[in-house]
Amino acid sequence: MATKYDKTIASEIINQFGAKPEMLVQVLHAFVQRYSFISEEAIRQIANELNLSNAEVHGVVSFYHDFRTIAPGQHVVKICQAESCQAMGSRQLTAHAERTLGISLHGTTVDGQVTLEPVYCLGNCACSPAVMIDETVYGRVSPDKLDALIEDCGGSR
Amino acid sequence: MSQSVTVYVPRETAAVSMGAQGVAEKISALGDVRIVRNGSWGMSWLEPLIEIDVNGQRIGYGPVTADDVDSLFAAGFLQGGDHALKLGPVADVPYLKNQERWTFRRCGLIDPLSVDDYRANGGFNGLETALNKGPEFVLDQIKASGLRGRGGAGFPTGIKWQTVADAAGEQKYITCNADEGDSGTFSDRILMESDPFTLIEGIIIAGFAVGASKGYVYLRSEYPLARRVFAEALSIAKNCGWLGNRIQGSGFDFDIDLHLGAGSYVCGEETAMLESLEGKAGLIRYKPPLPAIEGLFGKPTVVNNVVTLGSVPDIIALGAEAYASFGVGRSKGTLAFQLAGNIKQGGLVEKAFGLTLRELITDFGGGTASGRKIRAVQIGGPLGAYFADEHLDTPLDYEAFAKVGGMIGHGGIVVFDDTVDMAEQARFAMEFCAIESCGKCTPCRIGSVRGVEVIDRILANEDREENLNLLSELCDTMVDGSLCAMGGMTPFPVRSAVKYFPEDFKR
Repeated sequence: MATKYDKTIASEIINQFGAKPEMLVQVLHAFVQRYSFISEEAIRQIANELNLSNAEVHGVVSFYHDFRTIAPGQHVVKICQAESCQAMGSRQLTAHAERTLGISLHGTTVDGQVTLEPVYCLGNCACSPAVMIDETVYGRVSPDKLDALIEDCGGSR
Repeated sequence: MSQSVTVYVPRETAAVSMGAQGVAEKISALGDVRIVRNGSWGMSWLEPLIEIDVNGQRIGYGPVTADDVDSLFAAGFLQGGDHALKLGPVADVPYLKNQERWTFRRCGLIDPLSVDDYRANGGFNGLETALNKGPEFVLDQIKASGLRGRGGAGFPTGIKWQTVADAAGEQKYITCNADEGDSGTFSDRILMESDPFTLIEGIIIAGFAVGASKGYVYLRSEYPLARRVFAEALSIAKNCGWLGNRIQGSGFDFDIDLHLGAGSYVCGEETAMLESLEGKAGLIRYKPPLPAIEGLFGKPTVVNNVVTLGSVPDIIALGAEAYASFGVGRSKGTLAFQLAGNIKQGGLVEKAFGLTLRELITDFGGGTASGRKIRAVQIGGPLGAYFADEHLDTPLDYEAFAKVGGMIGHGGIVVFDDTVDMAEQARFAMEFCAIESCGKCTPCRIGSVRGVEVIDRILANEDREENLNLLSELCDTMVDGSLCAMGGMTPFPVRSAVKYFPEDFKR
């Protein structure tokens, strides 16, 4: 859910972590939690308040998969692409999702409901293939089950 | 007033991913019961595995869905009634009965967030013993136990701790690597969700042994439930005086912070993890200096995996000899193997080192989930080699596996049936390295991209022999020239696929 950027609140978040540069990764997580992505404005403010350069913060943001710089859809559907899930058909499951949603991995549906992302292991490998929708993990996800889960969270088909 | 029956419904990722939450809600709506959200026994294929306490015996039913709950009530499951899903006493299920549980002995048994349950089952005995007998005793016991790092590298834990203990400096750190990124592994997660106090106790003992006052747990962000459970456990431990200043009235102060990773595989490499803990991009560091000498913020630092630290409390409580009595050769103790991929009975199997892969996959795993023939088995995560049927009788110990060109790593075993395309798997190994490389060294950063291209040319039948030779040379360069295991071991799955499944590269 996108929340409007607010400098005062952003500053409060940074200060929750003691405004320490070594907390940068944790600060960025808190920003994603609140704003769903890291904006240019956020990068400038974080850099300023942690006494880092914009380039240093940008370097950290771009290094980690979790820190996206554009707003995702209402729901983020992550399909595991790692070996255990491959052995149980995650490639076919991914192709099915791409086909039914009309997007590729990393894409967002036109109505802004669903962003589809790859993930490399959710630790649910005994119940492969695994999918995470927002913060909930699902196991043994067949194409039909995935359709139903996306339907349930209000995503388009 | 009759006493309500206790029903255990796991709050653990595999169980929850298969609907445990709905099962718990439905049972509590329909019956006058006390629901305990325990962790998992690790029998993931039976999840959600619910249990009823019948006269002190835990009777299991599984896998239970919310739709089964009505029929379970009709069958009188609260009194242990017969039902198609009844498993009998959980402790007697062969999968569990035939294990040697040490580190995971409380998983499934207890309420993960109850200090009383933990204490009643031997919890914190190790820390009490440590505080009474002193750091030297702890270091000697860990060395004598033969415990080696369970993250994958297998380095002797006691030697690492001694190095940090002997290093000069007032400030030292314990860091726990919970960035369990290998596909096919979930033992760290199960321990943190099912028995988090064991990890907390192990970290405190490590801190006491080496003279550190601060610990960090670096947990991957892909584990939201483990994060919630472990964060709750930390706060409970602090409130009960098992963490913080003057632990249990002793003179020892220790605190633990929980930090989240951010979706980077290479941050499971110890120096990249330290960089990430310092708030930076996870670029790996040159070694030496070793983290034991110059680690987190340049201070002497222990970096240990979750299972390594989780094995510590009982080694101190029950003695090094008890632990070392398990295992073979230089592989002492137990390892939590994890059966994953195309496997009928996937889950966690804690066994003494020395059983064979075949015993694990057939006796415990029950063969493939698809019912088809096993074709390939990848051991040790995405940097581990692929093996064919002819290798399945190799005993599972560090040295025996090194001899056949493999590594046990973190104990993950991923099974593939005969529909697998091994060229596609080899290509993925290179592709994954290209996606996850930290970019610091050229063989890994560029080599992996070239690896994908060369495999594509082989599959397109362009100068096949020449390109196979080129792939082999590229693998040499990556093995010899990469700074860490990411580039240095990506060739393992690639080469083993080419070697044992050459037909898949000739189409």
